[in-house]
Amino acid sequence: MSVKIAEEWVNACSGCEISIVDMGERLLDVLNLVEFVHIPVLMDHKYFGQLGDGSRLNIPEADVGIITGGIRNAEHLEVAEEMRRKCKIIIALGTCATHGGIPALANSWRFDDVMERVYSTETTDKAGFRPADGVPQVLDACLALDEKIKVDVLLPGCPPHPDQVFSALVALLEGRVPELPDKSVCDCCPTLREGKGQLKRLRRFLENPFYKSPDEPLDRMRCLLEQGFLCMGPVTRAGCGGGKVVPRCIAARVPCRGCSGPVRNDGNQLLDMLNALASNGIDIESLPEYTSLLRFSGAHNLLRPSSK
Amino acid sequence: MSRTIHISPITRIEGHASIAIQLDERGNVSDSKVHFMSLRGFEKFVEGKPAEELPRIVNRICGICPWHHHLASNKAVDRCFGVEPPPAGRKLRELMQTIAHAEDKLLHFFFLAAADFVIGPDSDYSVRNVIGVAKANPELARKVVQMRYMAKMILERFAGKTIHPVAGVAGGFSKPMTEKDRVEFLKQMRELLDFARFTIDFAKTSVFPAYLDAVQSLGVIRTGFIGTVDEKGRLNLFDGKIRLMKPDGSFTDFDPQDYTDYIGEQVMPYSYGKFPYARCWNEGFSLDLDSPRGIYRSNCLARINVADSMATPLAQAELEEFREKFGRPAQATLLYHWARLIEEVYACEHAVELLQDPEITDTNIRTKAEPGAGRGVGCLEAPRGTLIHDYSTDENGLITRANMIVGTTHNLGPINMSVNQSARLLIRDGIVDEGILNRIEMSVRAYDP
Repeated sequence: MSVKIAEEWVNACSGCEISIVDMGERLLDVLNLVEFVHIPVLMDHKYFGQLGDGSRLNIPEADVGIITGGIRNAEHLEVAEEMRRKCKIIIALGTCATHGGIPALANSWRFDDVMERVYSTETTDKAGFRPADGVPQVLDACLALDEKIKVDVLLPGCPPHPDQVFSALVALLEGRVPELPDKSVCDCCPTLREGKGQLKRLRRFLENPFYKSPDEPLDRMRCLLEQGFLCMGPVTRAGCGGGKVVPRCIAARVPCRGCSGPVRNDGNQLLDMLNALASNGIDIESLPEYTSLLRFSGAHNLLRPSSK
Repeated sequence: MSRTIHISPITRIEGHASIAIQLDERGNVSDSKVHFMSLRGFEKFVEGKPAEELPRIVNRICGICPWHHHLASNKAVDRCFGVEPPPAGRKLRELMQTIAHAEDKLLHFFFLAAADFVIGPDSDYSVRNVIGVAKANPELARKVVQMRYMAKMILERFAGKTIHPVAGVAGGFSKPMTEKDRVEFLKQMRELLDFARFTIDFAKTSVFPAYLDAVQSLGVIRTGFIGTVDEKGRLNLFDGKIRLMKPDGSFTDFDPQDYTDYIGEQVMPYSYGKFPYARCWNEGFSLDLDSPRGIYRSNCLARINVADSMATPLAQAELEEFREKFGRPAQATLLYHWARLIEEVYACEHAVELLQDPEITDTNIRTKAEPGAGRGVGCLEAPRGTLIHDYSTDENGLITRANMIVGTTHNLGPINMSVNQSARLLIRDGIVDEGILNRIEMSVRAYDP
């Protein structure tokens, strides 16, 4: 008996869906074991019946429901609630679904201010109205899924590595709950740490880090934070490198920006990072600004409009 | 009795949209609208962020074409800071972008579009998808998955992340390419080029011939086109002048930095996405099927139309064959699928060229940048069209203002027109079935929005 899966993307960019496709040939094996009953990116099942004459949004029943993206508007909410009603297990796939992701950076503004900018750019002809006909009403903030529906499995990552998606699907097919590593990116990072140094200030990433030659292995390159670049590895959940374990940005010799969200699900990447820096004697005033430290986890009311 | 048909959501596309078709008392189409639902506000929420961080933020605009946002953003940041990447840094960026084009087109053709042609537009939705295609043709499916995976793994192995990349950096690229990698990637891209040639031959012999009538009728509209060309007028995906072509084939070339003189955007009451139009034509904006005003299209068919020629030999031969059959500019909407496969050949040929260039392994890949006040427009051809990122920074190099025009948005007006055209063509006397509604969606899918 195959496992029925329903998949939905709400306030999403489709990166998580592409990560599913990027399983490569494993995807073909998975397709032999599961039956997709609803997945808009690949399949033509419609909300209001195949002839568009239904009156209520309907998604078929499934064993597993995968949702990517956070909740930003009334339709996202309706879809998420219908998925919850119809699916036995709900997986929040990707950091937008688990913590708001990049779109939750908008939570630093009232949405009216966001609209004001979008509809008054230098190329936009003045309209005197805002779109409202047949488009869903926007909510006050960009929310993680668990702010509106019960979520059974959180699988952060921007996007999660195909290996992580595959492992999670295999676990579910075997009747297990997928487990996340409770380590940080630093715990999986091969770069050399030489201990507390004399570092007092951080530099912006405007030049490449030091390493001796193009083929020098990562375990011979000094930790990027110790080289003076902001790296969110200490406060970010491990796992982004999939089966190969090496954090993906580090593999490109670029510092981590926290895309898998906090190490503990309810952590605060901004406060945790500032604490980590301050306790190592690094002047946090050397950072150009702070809200970027919550760029992946601004839902759950962590980013809010300033009161001015 | 008049009624409205909702196609919701439009499926096997990359974004969020739905269609509303209004029927009059006799059951004929009186109006149609395509609603584009997504409104995230990138132009606002990047304000105040360090400019050098933007390539790692705005790539989240799209998970299918993140490399293009990433690299257009890098170009804009370079200009804000007045820094020029060394030749190898620039070439590594271009190589990554070109390979990203190559895998994207395979994804669209085989995973999203093929089912309509291979399984058939009237077949049941439960098999009219990539899973149905894979069951009907398992050997081809395995080959497609392998080939696309190979291209994606070049990006992952070399650049760490393939979705939401990080390796493009202010002033260049984050790591040089070793000779060992170059040799390996060159071998793989040659293999992908063989597959691109197989794919276009397969499409021309086994897929398109059965649909030539549909090509001449479904979603056909008459518009202008936009794309990027090099100094010789050849199609270029990474850099060059923007060419804006009128429906009659005449055109103007302009520097991307001047885009605001040429392109405007209309706010529509029924779409969060704005509708760009050719402001410089001074004819206003109208989606009227018989006399559209200011409307041009982007993406592969547009690029194939605006280019005088292709810069690589196999793609040039394909262009000549295409032009012989369909003229210039070709207006039939379903020809996007054909044009996409010509570009696939070009992207693979060009990636091979770049990997044969000895300079690509040069270790001087990044110029140190200094944050400062400035303005920069970064432009390139994303798979879905001319992509524009335009930033201003303050003296600390923080973003003060951003404007972005994303590839697909150029096509939002034309998609509305194609849906209107196909709905009027196919729905008569209130008779609607799944095949008809799917054909209307096919006129959207061609644009790969």
